[in-house]
Amino acid sequence: MTDVLVCIKRVPGASGEVLLSDDDQHVDARHVGWTLSAHEECAVELATQVAGATGGTATAVTVGSSDAVEQLRDALAVGCGRAVLVEADTERFGPADVAAAIAEVVRTHDAAGTTYGLVLLGNDAADTGDFQVPVRLAYALERPVVTGISTCEVDGETVVAQGDGPDGPEVFELPMPAVVAVMEGGVAPRYPSVIGRMKAKKVAIETLTPSVEPVGSGRVRLTLPPEQPSAVQVLGHGPEAAAAVVDLLEDLGMVSR
Amino acid sequence: MIAVLVETDDDGVTVVSQEALTFGRELAVRGGGLPVHAVVVGRPGADLAPAVLSQLGEQGVDRVHHVVHDRLSAYSAAAWAAGLVDVVQSAGARAVLAAGTPRGNEVLAHAATRLDVAMAANVVGVDGVDPLSVTRQVVGGAVLEQMRLDGAVGVLSVAGHACEPVAAEQATAPEVAASTPALTDADLVARVVRTGQKVPDASGALTSARVVVGAGRGAGSADGFKGVVQLSELLGGAVGVSRVVTSLGWRPHHEQVGQTGSRISPDLYIACGISGAIQHWAGCSSAKTILAINTDADAPMVTRAHYAVIGDLHEVVPAISEEIQRRRG
Ligand SMILES: Cc1cc2nc3c(=O)[nH]c(=O)nc-3n(C[C@H](O)[C@H](O)[C@H](O)COP(=O)(O)OP(=O)(O)OC[C@H]3O[C@@H](n4cnc5c(N)ncnc54)[C@H](O)[C@@H]3O)c2cc1C
Ligand SMILES: Nc1ncnc2c1ncn2[C@@H]1O[C@H](COP(=O)(O)O)[C@@H](O)[C@H]1O
Repeated sequence: MTDVLVCIKRVPGASGEVLLSDDDQHVDARHVGWTLSAHEECAVELATQVAGATGGTATAVTVGSSDAVEQLRDALAVGCGRAVLVEADTERFGPADVAAAIAEVVRTHDAAGTTYGLVLLGNDAADTGDFQVPVRLAYALERPVVTGISTCEVDGETVVAQGDGPDGPEVFELPMPAVVAVMEGGVAPRYPSVIGRMKAKKVAIETLTPSVEPVGSGRVRLTLPPEQPSAVQVLGHGPEAAAAVVDLLEDLGMVSR
Repeated sequence: MIAVLVETDDDGVTVVSQEALTFGRELAVRGGGLPVHAVVVGRPGADLAPAVLSQLGEQGVDRVHHVVHDRLSAYSAAAWAAGLVDVVQSAGARAVLAAGTPRGNEVLAHAATRLDVAMAANVVGVDGVDPLSVTRQVVGGAVLEQMRLDGAVGVLSVAGHACEPVAAEQATAPEVAASTPALTDADLVARVVRTGQKVPDASGALTSARVVVGAGRGAGSADGFKGVVQLSELLGGAVGVSRVVTSLGWRPHHEQVGQTGSRISPDLYIACGISGAIQHWAGCSSAKTILAINTDADAPMVTRAHYAVIGDLHEVVPAISEEIQRRRG
C-alpha cells in the first residue's frame, strides 16, 4: 500500500492576454482565469494510478490562498481522496519556502499515521517556472528525487520511474519513500465526471498554517516582453489558399516553375 | 571565477552549453574580468575528448574541471551536483551556470540546495552584477521576471538560444584539472539504472535543411503528421515539431524546434498548428521566411510570420502538396 501526496499549484490560465498587477509583482489573471498546469494534471493522474494499484490513498496539497481550494476540488474530482490547503501568502514565498511548507505537511501527516511513500510534483510550475521545489523538498525530507519523469509505478518498496534522457528513455529505481517530479506526456489526465465533481464538493479540506518564515523569491518586478508589430500577409483561408502558397514557393525558388 | 557546467554529446560540447559558456563569458567580463571555468562530468576511465577541449578553448575557458569518479558511470543529478559544488567551493566560484536543459536545471537545483542559495531558471539577460540581478522567463515565456540573486554564489540556468554561441576573441588552451568529489551512497540512489534504445539523433538534417515543415499540437495525433511529412518530402526538407509533440510521443525528440530543441535557420519554415510560444520561437526566429498555417488568426505564430493561411492544417497541407504535384504534371 502506497500513500501518495501530490503537490499542485493554482496558476493563471495559459491562453489569452496576460496582464500584470499595478505594482508589477504578479500576473493579473482577470482575463485568463486560474488552472492547474499540464505537468501537475499528469502528476495527479499518476498519483491516483499508484494509489489505486497499491490500495493506498492519494492526497492533494497546495500552498496558497483560500482560492486554491478550487484546484484542490479539481484534484478530488479526478480521484484524489484527501486534500490539504496550506494557507499562506505565496507572494512572499520562494521555492525553498514552498518546499519547507510541503515538508511540514509530510511530517505532520507522518506523525498522525499517514506516511507518504511517494510525493509527486510537477516538473516546473507554470507561472514561476523555478524548477526547484521537488529537489528542495527532497533535501528537506532527506529522500531521493528524480525530475522530468513521464511514467512511474510502485514495485514493492521501489518506485520505478521513466523519463526522457538526452539519448533516449532512462529508467530510475528509487527506494521509497521518494520524491518524483512529473513532466506532461506519459499519461493522459482524466477529465472530471459529474459524479466526481459532486463527490469532490463533499470532501472536507484540511487547512494548515505553515510555520515557515519565508526567505522569499528574489523577485524585483515582472515585465511584459515588448509587443512585436505584425506584418503578416494572409494568403487566404482553407485549402483554396493552396495556389497562392505554391505561387509563393515558386517565388522563393522552393519548387521549380 | 564563473563556473559553467558543460554537457557533451557525440559531437562535443552541446550547442546550448556553448551558449551558456558565451553567456558566462559576458557575465565574467561584467564582473571585472573574472576567469571562466568549465565543469565537465566524465565517465570513469575516459579522457576528455579532444573536440570538447578545443571547443572549450574557442569559448575562452581558462580551466576545465574534469569530474571523474569510479561510481560516476551513470547519470545521477545528486552526484553531478556533488562534483559541481566541490569545484565551486574549492575554486571559489562567484556564479554557477548551466544550459536550461532538463539536466542543467536538475543539477543546478541540487547544487543551489546544497549551497543553500537561490537559483534562477531560464535566464535571458543580466541586469547588474553587484548585486547579481537577472532577467528570466516565467509564465511560459509570456512574462519576464527581474530577480535578485543575493547569495554568496549566483546559480542560474541560461534559457536555450537566449544568445548565440560566439567564439571568444582570444581562444585559450585551457588546462585540465581532474576533480574527484567525495560521493556518498545517498548521492547515487537516484541514478539511471537502464536506458532504452538510443534514438538516433538526426537533428543535423533539421538544422541544415533549407526548408522545414513544422507541426504542433494542431496535428492532433501521431497519425496527423502524414500530410506534413509528405509536404516536407516534396520540398526536399525536414520535419520540425513543437515540444508538445515530442512530450506526447508523436514524433522523436530530435525533431523538436525551440529552446529545449534545435535552433533552425532555413530559408523557409512552414509552421502548421503551432501557436508560436516564445520557447518555440527561440528556435525558429532565424528562418528567412515563415509561413504559418493555423486555425487561429491571432496565434503568435501567425501574427509574427511573414505569410499565413488561416485554416485546418489537415485540409490546407494536402491541398498544397496536390497543387505542387499538379503543377509538376
Ligand atoms: C522551459 C520550457 C522550455 C520549452 N521548450 C520548448 C521547445 O524547445 N520547443 C517548443 O516548441 N516548445 C517549448 N516549450 C513549450 C512552449 O511553451 C509551448 O507549450 C509549446 O511550444 C506549444 O506547442 P504547440 O504550439 O504545438 O501547442 P499549442 O500551444 O497548444 O498550439 C496549438 C496550435 O495549433 C492550432 N491548431 C489547432 N488545431 C489546428 C488545426 N486542425 N489546423 C491548424 N491549426 C490548428 C491552434 O490554434 C494553436 O495555435 C517550452 C516550455 C518551457 C516552460
Ligand atoms: N505553491 C505550491 N503549492 C503546491 N505545490 C507547489 C507550489 N509551488 C510549486 N509546487 C510544486 O512544485 C512543482 C515545481 O515548481 P517550481 O519549482 O516552482 O517550478 C510544481 O509543478 C508543483 O507541483
